[in-house]
Amino acid sequence: MNAPNLHLPDVTRRGFLAGAGALVVSFTIPAEAQEGEVPAAPRAQAAKPKLPGSLADTPSLDAWIRIDANGSITVFTGKAELGQGTKTSLRQIAAEELEVEPAAINLITADTALTPNEGYTAGSQTIQNSGTAIRFASAQVRQILIAKASEKLGAPVEALKAEAGSIAGPNGARAGYGELVSADFLHVDAAADTKLKAPGTYHAIGKPFARVDIPAKVTGGDAYVQDMRPPGMVHARVVRPPTYGAKLVDFADVAVKAMPGVIAVVRDGDFLAVVAEHEFQAVKAMRAMAAAAKWQEQPALPDQSNIPAFLEKSVSEVGTVTSVGAESAPGAKTLQAQFTRAYQMHGSIGPSSAVAMLDNGLTTVWTHTQGVYPDRKAIAQMLGVPEEKVRCIHTEGSGCYGHNGADDAAADAALIAQKLPGKPVRVQWMRDQEHLWEPYGPAMLTRASATLDQNGKIVNWHYDLWSNSHGTRPGSAGSLIAGRLMARHFPPDPARMEITPLGNGDRNAIPFYDVPNQRVNWHFVADMPVRVSSLRGLGAYCNVFSIESFMDELALAANADPVEFRLRHLKDPRARKVIEVAAEKFGWSKDPLPEGRGRGFAFAKYKNHAAWLAIALEAEVDRDNGTIRISHVVCAVDCGEAVALDSIVNQTEGGILQSMSWTLYEAVHFDRTRILSPDWSTYPILRFSAVPDSIEVHVVDNPGAPYLGVAEAAQGPTAGAIANAFRNATGKRIHDLPYTRDRVKAVLGV
Amino acid sequence: MKRFWIGVLILIVLCAVGFGAYAWKPAIDPIEPPQRASFDQALIEKGAILASVGNCTACHTKPGEKSFAGGLAVPTPFGTIYSTNITPDPKTGIGRWSEAAFGRAMREGVERDGDHLYPAFPFDHFTLVSDEDNKALYAYLMTRHPVENRRPANELPFPLNVRFVLAGWKLLFFHKGAYREDASQSAEWNRGAYLVEGLGHCGACHTPRNALGAELKRAHLAGGEAEGWSAFALNGLSSAPIPLTHDSLFAYLRQGWQAEHGVANGPMAEVTGNLGRLPDADISAIATYLVSQMGAPAPERVARSEEIRKNLAIDQGGTPIPASAATGSPTSRGVVIYQAACATCHDGSRPQPFGGIDFHLSATIAAPGPQNAINVVLFGLPAASGRQSPIMPGFAETLTENQVVDLLAYLREAYAGKPAWADAKAKLADTRSGKYQVSVRPSDGIERGPDNVGAKD
Amino acid sequence: MVKLNVNGASHDVDIDPATPLLYVLRNDLKLNGAKFGCGLGQCGACTVMVDGKAVFSCLTPVMLVEGRQVKTVEGLGTIDEPGPMQQAFIEQQAAQCGYCIGGMMMRAQALLEAKPEAGDADIRQALEPNLCRCGTHMRILRAVARARDLMKSKSAGMAPAAATRRAS
Ligand code: FES
Ligand code: FES
Repeated sequence: MNAPNLHLPDVTRRGFLAGAGALVVSFTIPAEAQEGEVPAAPRAQAAKPKLPGSLADTPSLDAWIRIDANGSITVFTGKAELGQGTKTSLRQIAAEELEVEPAAINLITADTALTPNEGYTAGSQTIQNSGTAIRFASAQVRQILIAKASEKLGAPVEALKAEAGSIAGPNGARAGYGELVSADFLHVDAAADTKLKAPGTYHAIGKPFARVDIPAKVTGGDAYVQDMRPPGMVHARVVRPPTYGAKLVDFADVAVKAMPGVIAVVRDGDFLAVVAEHEFQAVKAMRAMAAAAKWQEQPALPDQSNIPAFLEKSVSEVGTVTSVGAESAPGAKTLQAQFTRAYQMHGSIGPSSAVAMLDNGLTTVWTHTQGVYPDRKAIAQMLGVPEEKVRCIHTEGSGCYGHNGADDAAADAALIAQKLPGKPVRVQWMRDQEHLWEPYGPAMLTRASATLDQNGKIVNWHYDLWSNSHGTRPGSAGSLIAGRLMARHFPPDPARMEITPLGNGDRNAIPFYDVPNQRVNWHFVADMPVRVSSLRGLGAYCNVFSIESFMDELALAANADPVEFRLRHLKDPRARKVIEVAAEKFGWSKDPLPEGRGRGFAFAKYKNHAAWLAIALEAEVDRDNGTIRISHVVCAVDCGEAVALDSIVNQTEGGILQSMSWTLYEAVHFDRTRILSPDWSTYPILRFSAVPDSIEVHVVDNPGAPYLGVAEAAQGPTAGAIANAFRNATGKRIHDLPYTRDRVKAVLGV
Repeated sequence: MKRFWIGVLILIVLCAVGFGAYAWKPAIDPIEPPQRASFDQALIEKGAILASVGNCTACHTKPGEKSFAGGLAVPTPFGTIYSTNITPDPKTGIGRWSEAAFGRAMREGVERDGDHLYPAFPFDHFTLVSDEDNKALYAYLMTRHPVENRRPANELPFPLNVRFVLAGWKLLFFHKGAYREDASQSAEWNRGAYLVEGLGHCGACHTPRNALGAELKRAHLAGGEAEGWSAFALNGLSSAPIPLTHDSLFAYLRQGWQAEHGVANGPMAEVTGNLGRLPDADISAIATYLVSQMGAPAPERVARSEEIRKNLAIDQGGTPIPASAATGSPTSRGVVIYQAACATCHDGSRPQPFGGIDFHLSATIAAPGPQNAINVVLFGLPAASGRQSPIMPGFAETLTENQVVDLLAYLREAYAGKPAWADAKAKLADTRSGKYQVSVRPSDGIERGPDNVGAKD
Repeated sequence: MVKLNVNGASHDVDIDPATPLLYVLRNDLKLNGAKFGCGLGQCGACTVMVDGKAVFSCLTPVMLVEGRQVKTVEGLGTIDEPGPMQQAFIEQQAAQCGYCIGGMMMRAQALLEAKPEAGDADIRQALEPNLCRCGTHMRILRAVARARDLMKSKSAGMAPAAATRRAS
């Protein structure tokens, strides 16, 4: 991990440059490469990369791997550890091809001074992109080492093999990796045809390795940016306006300046912050400032009780997500339905935080951003300095599940640090600041209509969705709260509808089922009165909820079993496989359950090009108090070759429980002026009493198959399965998320 | 002389026989559990609303378990009584009860099989419920999801465990009969009285009881007890710093909180939670009747409430330092604890219902007894799983006995302008040790507020 | 000056006595175990033990714990010699981001010290005040149950068999 202290981990920039030539060259990355939830320009999507994974953008091997004369191996990734076990999985991958133990790999994660630019750690792409790149690079490095060894040992390449950090030849001849390195020997571009090890020969991939980050996390070691305590560090708190657009009309800082421990009171337009020696002094000063600041507020929020109306009237353009076959087709029965989803939060348990220091012209920011490069760009613009004058180092934070307050906290710290050169400034958001200012997952409206033929096959499918963009990440300085609030008032980036294979609001809007005639449209809403951005799964959560709810209605109309009905519309063998495994392990059946209990099933292939996931669960509904209790869940997932099996299970269990919380409880509350969900009592989430009795995750492994993103694959199917279990238990369907007790009671009546 | 004794003997025997005759109740024949179809939907819906007035679910549902399946332990001064299963399960519920049997239970407090019911089931109030309303309640309960669940046996000492004894209790304290309108009062007042005194059984908690557990008629609504909580006086003795008005009481019952009266907690939270089903008109009627019971507040009370309002308007959340807070005094230690532990949430910077109340407004601090203050300080308000609710951490593990006492002394003097509670230390000890039982539940009632005042009508 | 006893060591801290214990632990004593999550007693990330009981350190003024025994995650064991609770969480790989885990372990520790035989229902109930956003609940429950068994067999003096980690 990037040890949270002011000294760089293992490698220094200078040492690194000496070690490996013109590194900087391999760092110039086309903007399109900044994959993540920010949609890349379509043309970039069109052009297929010749090299696998992120090698396409950063081909030079020395950008990924460095071997020192002492034989120590350093692997660089532009991706960050977000609690998904990346640091372990990537070590496993490199160790596999380099023929060493994962523990022998020193891994450097996202740091604009050291690692390749891999855009955002998002969209479940770490293993898919970075993992693939590191796998191929490592394999090629192994071959280079063998070639060098054959010169050194005078043995033919065929007679040599890599093992335990050295190249072994006939009759005990050996050359340690360290003896084989020379300056720049890895400053070569990756070759597309590198051969990888065969699955049968693995010693690291797919083997159970304990996550490297857990021991520190359970023993109080330095693990998070929140844990940084560089010498001379001072504590900052920001004071936010009561509402997004509020203007500071009156603020007397005199009293606050005089408070014990206060070092500085920062005001820049509507941006307010205070810096103190002790953290609690900063907190008290923050409260005093909040009381002293007078703001002017405008009612600018939509009516929470009628979000569909707001979305429909605010459409700025309509885009075609897909259009295949005929506009309509004759059939026996046509069904229609409308679904909605409320604004929902990331709700990280640890509010965002960052440490920044301005040191002779260079601003270094330790941040839990998902994208060090884009964040650096936005911060540099905000500060009015060239990008080289800002360095962003990823340091873990609490789980983020998408674009939370991380980038904004980094910007706060960077801005405050400008006022105190030479001092490391730690910004820690308070709970209400995270809850009120993080960009939420956008509210959505969807409408589906489909026609069944005589044989109960879907012949025609129309699907329309209304949504903001799900990607407002940096971006420019205007994408940062500090950038908007400061006197220069950078304008937010204009929202653009981007329809790409990656998907945004339209992610998973195209049903993965075989339907001859399809029309799918995104009614794009540019206006964002409520701040929104990327929340785990983006549009996939609501789209899959809608599609899977609707599939069950169609199955009923065709009086078919929901599982059989789905299989009926799926040729894809791996899709069929996860569905069959989930159904079989769950013991799916038509046998009636006791009154009030129901079974639900759902399936999706994440983004239609990542992991396949099917889920079955049983729920019990108490019609009198409106509670839905989910008793057990069985899930089957196929994400290609399973690098770290337990990590996949862990993230999938997590996705299921998080989605269960979204689906049953979560909605951001607001009136026409203010957000009314500043904490956990006003924005309740899952607690232990509601956790299911059991969750089984079955991983369908495919050794040798390409890696596919998995971290977000469960969000949509879980919601669909809950919806369908509720329908099965009560005979009624709820079309609106979340499934609150009041909604349940209202729908079921007495 | 001998005759006389014979006469007395005969008299005794006659009384015994007479009492026996009074006490003995016939079983009412079991029936086949009725089908849902046999009830009119409108009647079921009416029953649902009535059941929420009766707050049936609070006692007959174990938190987190199936609705109306019973088994909730209700601590009483005499022992623990377990609530019955009132789902239509034929074996363990009331599935085989005829409407007549149900009506008799409500009107007379007698089980279908003839056993007398304990007054923990407030038949002394339910007796006022009209036949039509009982019909609707019956329809509602008989169409619930039947749950097989046998409740544990009551834990009562002899002779209280002999049901026959209850007949004697009834003879002394129970007056059977439906509600009779008071012609001198408005229709709304009468509606309110009917709901409050009957199905609502407010007095069951808000009226003090005598040694035998019967409500003291002379102290009607003068403040009682429920599950370890004081149920504040709803008559002239109300301890609300700002006197309740029809409108503020209406809002409190409707939303489960009111800006000048805080959040319903303890058992009251469930009450306001359930009232969510009730039409505004009925809640308004309840408010009308209760406010009439409180009467006009005394001038000094009004003056003080104006005072409080004024101070709140100017000084949001400042910490008052009472005169007695000279160094070394309990209040001086209390104020420090308050500032360090409580002020963060109770400084009035966050509005009700989710922010901490400003104690100037707290009936709990102004109350004659310390019990509720003790309960909240020790146990806080636990989070309601998956629902909006105010959350307050308990300080039982954080504050020592003396620290709690000092804190209470401070709050009492600084915010209620009253001397410390004399019995605070003793009550605190019993509550901590569990000798005095308190049921701690989330403030469920809030899930409906603040979004939908007047949701239904 | 506030006198503190944390994980068996005593400290004199020159600090405003009203300062929440959490900040003192993290900044003055440089202990990372307790985390800031809400500062409101709503999430449990800051949970530590005081005289064996779980408390929210974010709402506990440091002056209230003078002369009492404070225990944090650091007091459960070290990275080289993890205590049973920590060992169980590592065995079960019971963390995603891990931010909530310190609080979970301390609340669970307090439960098991008071109730060594705690059943699964007790564990769920005890953990109710603590939130996890990553959805690590199933593993946390497994880890605490595992810790209970480790502690029992430890007190019984026999070495426990390693729990088999479920891949599914
Ligand atoms: S940080 Fe203390 S309970 Fe959340
Ligand atoms: S593991 Fe991330 S919050 Fe629990």
